[in-house]
Amino acid sequence: MVNKNNIAELTIENQDFRIKIKTALAATYSTQAPVVMQQMPQQIAMPQMQQAATSEKPQTTQESAKSEEASGGNTITIKSPIVGTFYRSPGPDKDVFVKVGDEIGVGTKLCIIEAMKLFNEIESEHSGRIVKILVDDASPVEYDQPLFLIEPK
Amino acid sequence: MFKKILIANRGEIALRIIRTAKEMGIKTVAVYSTADKDSLPVRFADEAVCIGPPSSKESYLSIPKIMAAAEITNADAIHPGYGFLSENDMFSEICAKYGIKFIGPTPDQIRKMGDKITAKDTMKKAGVPVVPGSDGLLKDVADAKKQAKKIGYPVIVKATAGGGGKGMRIVWKESEMESAFSTASMEAKASFSNDGLYMEKFIEEPRHIEIQVAGDRYGKACHLSERDCSIQRRHQKLVEESPSPFLDDKLRRKMGDAAVKAAESIAYEGVGTIEFLTDKHRNFYFMEMNTRIQVEHPVTEEVVDFDLIKEQIKIAMGDKISGKNYFPELHAMECRINAEDPRKNFSPSPGKITSFHSPKGHGVRVDTAVYAGYTIPQYYDSMIAKLICKARTREEVILKMQRALDEFIVEGIKTTIPFHKKLMKDERFRAGVFDTSFMNSFDLSDLPE
Repeated sequence: MVNKNNIAELTIENQDFRIKIKTALAATYSTQAPVVMQQMPQQIAMPQMQQAATSEKPQTTQESAKSEEASGGNTITIKSPIVGTFYRSPGPDKDVFVKVGDEIGVGTKLCIIEAMKLFNEIESEHSGRIVKILVDDASPVEYDQPLFLIEPK
Repeated sequence: MFKKILIANRGEIALRIIRTAKEMGIKTVAVYSTADKDSLPVRFADEAVCIGPPSSKESYLSIPKIMAAAEITNADAIHPGYGFLSENDMFSEICAKYGIKFIGPTPDQIRKMGDKITAKDTMKKAGVPVVPGSDGLLKDVADAKKQAKKIGYPVIVKATAGGGGKGMRIVWKESEMESAFSTASMEAKASFSNDGLYMEKFIEEPRHIEIQVAGDRYGKACHLSERDCSIQRRHQKLVEESPSPFLDDKLRRKMGDAAVKAAESIAYEGVGTIEFLTDKHRNFYFMEMNTRIQVEHPVTEEVVDFDLIKEQIKIAMGDKISGKNYFPELHAMECRINAEDPRKNFSPSPGKITSFHSPKGHGVRVDTAVYAGYTIPQYYDSMIAKLICKARTREEVILKMQRALDEFIVEGIKTTIPFHKKLMKDERFRAGVFDTSFMNSFDLSDLPE
């Protein structure tokens, strides 16, 4: 995983996807079925957090899921809905929310994204199994940054 | 010395700020919405953070997202550009609270100048001439007549809740007051559910002449002379120039001194612009103050050889200004090139730019963030480039602007270049004889290619 302090330009190509990393903050995937994550609003009121708004998004993104697939079959990418620092567990001495291989359901808490001392719990919109965790603990993440790969049920 | 500046903006001004920061050895962070992922500011900034979807409200106007981006990149200052959050006092306050330097004025200064009535009062107290007006709302027709007599005809009756030219009536003499008052208040009630009216002196043949100022945090301010922005359509500036064909040295000094007085009266920190209206009798009146860098700042930069963005950053870092005033040494003019069709009432023309060649050469500057192959997003404003020409005389500037407009190629979308070409040929414009009503009678038919 690219370290925050590396300002390196790096391109990795594979028949199914291409990662171009400008800095640790600007990873973009050109394929995938993007499904924007819904989060439970704690203190920050953000428009995309409402049920009505986010339930529309999977419809548009399911269409693109039909035409493109990630490597390794049918997976869904969960992306960050906000900017902040990604944490895998609720606290420094606590267990991680999820690990690779875990079965998750709608509403399962996946991680915390913290910004300006406000902690936002990110919940899953899908059921499935965690295939891959794409971000290191305590790394900065930006809007739409891919966080988890999930194999849906 | 700042190590890293986050630019809370997009497009040409974001690129402008990145350029100067780079020259000063300061690292830059661009924040961007998903619609701006392929933009030049994102490409040229040292770091870039995607902060939201295309809508401004969820990206460039979102204080929490911008602050989060500043936090994760360890930016020590934020430059807000123009528009968006640049005159948002809460944003200035939140930056201060989180220990990130807002490159601009204090929240209090923004508030003082943001409210038109408070700004006028502040100016009055500082001895800066303001547009004479009524004391608050007009009680009735009799009150209106009394106030008008004091102010002096012609006057304009305006809806207090108004905008867009509604609920306004010009009154040339007392016999017209009764009908003007009743129709204005009916219109105001219909449009804004508030029939409250106030009155101002009607400025005859008004020219919009603004003075660039700069103030440091130690209370000193200076001015960098004027920009004449009278060529406007629906209150949107189309062309700006310096020096103004209307000003002579004496009036320039008077207005410059008034602008410095205005800035020092609130101990203004940063660069800003005092907007004045002049009338045909060569009086000038304070209209409003813009507490930010302006779109047309390059016009001043070209005639006084000054980097205004650099000055903003230096002031924010605590430098003292020299204190001297600057006067135009050359002539310069800026044409705003928008993605709009002047043949179809300037309707927006977003889309993909298939071919792009901007003019260059001696005395030609183009500030832009578009390129061939770039798709103009429909979520933001339509300005795609600023074409600034400078020369020793106004006549030479116009010749150069004509040459540059002929050389400007933009294909795939419609632009206002044909309008500017016709404007440069206009007799009144060439003579420098115009006021803010100029565009009302400009013939938009028969535009060149």
